[in-house]
Amino acid sequence: MLYDQIAMNKRRTGYVMVGFGLLVLAIGAALGDLFWASWQSGIVIAAIVTAVYMAIMISQSTNVVMSMNHAREIKDVSAAPQLWHLVEDMALVAQVPMPRVFIIDDASPNAFATGNDPQHAAVAVTTGLLQRLNREELEGVIGHEMSHVRNYDIRLQTIALALSAAIGLLVSFSHNWFFWGGSRRRDDREGNAGAIGMVISLVLILLAPLAASIAQMALSRNREYLADASSVELTRNPQGLIMALRKIDDSAPMKEADPNSSALYISDPFKKKQKFSDLFATHPPIADRIARLEKM
Amino acid sequence: MVAIILIIIVVLIVAWYISAYNGLIRTRTHVEESWSQIDVQLKRRNDLIPNLVSTTKGYANYEQATLKKVVELRNQLTAVPADDHQQTMEVSNQLSTTLRSLFALSENYPDLKANTQFTQLMEELTNTENKIAYSRQLYNTSVANLTMKIHSFPSNVVANIHHFKASEYLQVPEEEKTAPKVNFDDFGQDK
Repeated sequence: MLYDQIAMNKRRTGYVMVGFGLLVLAIGAALGDLFWASWQSGIVIAAIVTAVYMAIMISQSTNVVMSMNHAREIKDVSAAPQLWHLVEDMALVAQVPMPRVFIIDDASPNAFATGNDPQHAAVAVTTGLLQRLNREELEGVIGHEMSHVRNYDIRLQTIALALSAAIGLLVSFSHNWFFWGGSRRRDDREGNAGAIGMVISLVLILLAPLAASIAQMALSRNREYLADASSVELTRNPQGLIMALRKIDDSAPMKEADPNSSALYISDPFKKKQKFSDLFATHPPIADRIARLEKM
Repeated sequence: MVAIILIIIVVLIVAWYISAYNGLIRTRTHVEESWSQIDVQLKRRNDLIPNLVSTTKGYANYEQATLKKVVELRNQLTAVPADDHQQTMEVSNQLSTTLRSLFALSENYPDLKANTQFTQLMEELTNTENKIAYSRQLYNTSVANLTMKIHSFPSNVVANIHHFKASEYLQVPEEEKTAPKVNFDDFGQDK
């Protein structure tokens, strides 16, 4: 079951990369057509920008994500003995190497994991989590994060985050180009075909960021349920995680969280009301997660 | 032609034999490694217990009887021969239970709980106890893997030739047996 999940995640990472890659190239073509009257050069520029961006993001992902969320690294056990010991424990049972450990100064209890693979992973928790949760509850949360590490969820998330950021970058890049007078669009291409092409291009550019974020959200929701289940498999104690989720639910939103990485957290850091819920929610409702845990 | 086919078959069998043998060796090494993980934690706990005694010395009436039992069990544990895993774990389980009751009783000593040295020591000991439990879990998993390889066809052929023996499972104390069974079916429903 678990191995199926890991294999599926690796496969999905592939799909996401191909899908987003095509989306990026389509946007590049649309931008090129719109602003330089040459979709070929648009594709080339988009490919180069994305490749450079991805290379930077993948090699630096942990540091980038951690600094976006104002996390500071703790290097040894003395800074937070209980946290450090629990991360060691969970790494031991999940059979992954000890990840880097970070703390975010924020009174709201929350946590996330990131990295490219289990060998280069990192776990971050807020000071609020350390203060409000007891050992058992903290263990449940760390188990949840370590499951994300072991299941390669973190790689999928990192790549999705990097690709949607690349799309945003491309769109703003060409906007600037357009406004600073770089447009070379020739007038002899006016006419029906040109107009339709332009409309399609505009729609594509406007929808691209939206499509990117929907894909990222849909990817993350089911992962939370599975990480909850895997956490219990590691700790053998559903009560710890249930109590922890209750405490996390019953608290104020985070101040230090970065909006782009909200899907990484164990629970939505901004506590958005889940009214017209499901399409735009990054996380399943906590009540639902608790109900599933109670059934075990 | 027939000679070539025969050579190919022989080469394939030899290749399979080598990989099956290496697989058995690897699994057996996992069992040994996971035992040494337990051993490290047991030694660590044995080193922490004298600290516990000296830290609680100032609190003259702190559960003397229980503390004495802890020290006795610790000494008993160091006397057990190193390769007797079952007996080691049996004594270790008794020690765990006694330590746990000692921790629970510390609730009655507010000034002891305010002592940072004591709370640090509690964290260290709790950590060691948890690591013992988790490494035992891993040990039993790796024993299960080895046992499966030794008994299942075709790797049992190689295992018999080289006299591989299945290791014994470590007994899990009663109070830890009530582990919930994780059912993933409820969780993967909309994947």
